Amino acid sequence: MTATSTPGERARALYAVLKNKDLIPEGYIEQLTQLMEHGWSPDNGARIVAKAWVDPTFRELLLKDGTAACAQFGFTGPQGEYIVALEDTPTLKNVIVCSLCSCTNWPVLGLPPEWYKGFEFRARLVREGRTVLRELGTELPEHVVIKVWDTSAESRYLVLPLRPAGSEHMSEEQLRQLVTKDVLIGVALPRVG
Amino acid sequence: MDGFHDLGGFQGFGKVPHRINSLSYKQVFKQDWEHLAYSLMFIGADHMGKFSVDEIRHAVERIDVRQHVGTEYYERYVIATATLLVETGVITQAELDEALGSHFKLANPARAQGREAITGRPPFEVGDRVIVRDEYVAGHVRMPAYVRGKQGVVLHRTTAQWPFPDAIGHGDRSAAHQPTYHVEFRVKDLWGDAADDGLVVVDLFESYLDKVDSPRAVHA
Repeated sequence: MTATSTPGERARALYAVLKNKDLIPEGYIEQLTQLMEHGWSPDNGARIVAKAWVDPTFRELLLKDGTAACAQFGFTGPQGEYIVALEDTPTLKNVIVCSLCSCTNWPVLGLPPEWYKGFEFRARLVREGRTVLRELGTELPEHVVIKVWDTSAESRYLVLPLRPAGSEHMSEEQLRQLVTKDVLIGVALPRVG
Repeated sequence: MDGFHDLGGFQGFGKVPHRINSLSYKQVFKQDWEHLAYSLMFIGADHMGKFSVDEIRHAVERIDVRQHVGTEYYERYVIATATLLVETGVITQAELDEALGSHFKLANPARAQGREAITGRPPFEVGDRVIVRDEYVAGHVRMPAYVRGKQGVVLHRTTAQWPFPDAIGHGDRSAAHQPTYHVEFRVKDLWGDAADDGLVVVDLFESYLDKVDSPRAVHA
């Protein structure tokens, strides 16, 4: 009997205990894992943003009732049941965090990346947003106010960024390529080229 | 619970280990066991109905601080799920220890029973100035300590309502449902000059707030 164990051994031990008691439903883990790895993706959020950039009616719905707008695409579900889109303006930059754990709009943004769940981002973003964004690679002009949204209850956010200069003639499909996971979280701006 | 997990504003951490648009989030799961964390959690919470997601959050908060600091993200959810399955009698510590071949360290027991929501008050309106109640809660709470006693402005009242976390986070399935409010604070009101200028919006349950009488409450 060893005194120490690895995280993987502990996870598999819990799995084994439940499996022995026949408490793991057939296919449950496989199906959920498929959703987590592939179904919930920032490509979903990119479709929402690109549509909002080209379709004023959809944009209005997204800002008024984000849940209904995302439901049109089927992008709701666990951790995405009350969706609020945050509109950037020329003088306002929205950024999302969950200082208490890791809450994220799973169906629209995908599961949160390691750095978003890390102690550094959770501790620092609310207090020194401008500094953190600069360190990550996003320098914002002084006249742009940074508004950090701490995901502390059931609202799940996505950032609706400004459509970037140079994208005027791009198709909706091309616009989607500009909207990365970090753009949806709010730490990056969409860039053409 | 004023635990280590309540990290907002905590000083001493270095740089966020990321550069924008790096694709470090692919693969979603870096190790072959990580998908088990949420999967087993949902089997206990959704499929078996043994505990709520709020209780999972509280169980993570109850992980001993020294262990919490040194534990990777997904493992905290394995520990929390194992803890709740033992506490609800589905499995035993001995079964876990036997399957692991060594001691499986669970989260600490809850140090509080939870509390009920404040009900019967009129709702707050968009534009209202509110103050976060100056309360210390030993159990689960979704009020980051950095807004305790601070004033902000209501930007939004949710059109849906949810069980009060301080109650359902302790297994109270009859917890009152409440709307939450997006409350905007000035960073300078939270940490003075020892912070960057800007705004922070916190999504707060109605029971965490009181109205402040103010002729005009909109931030300039």
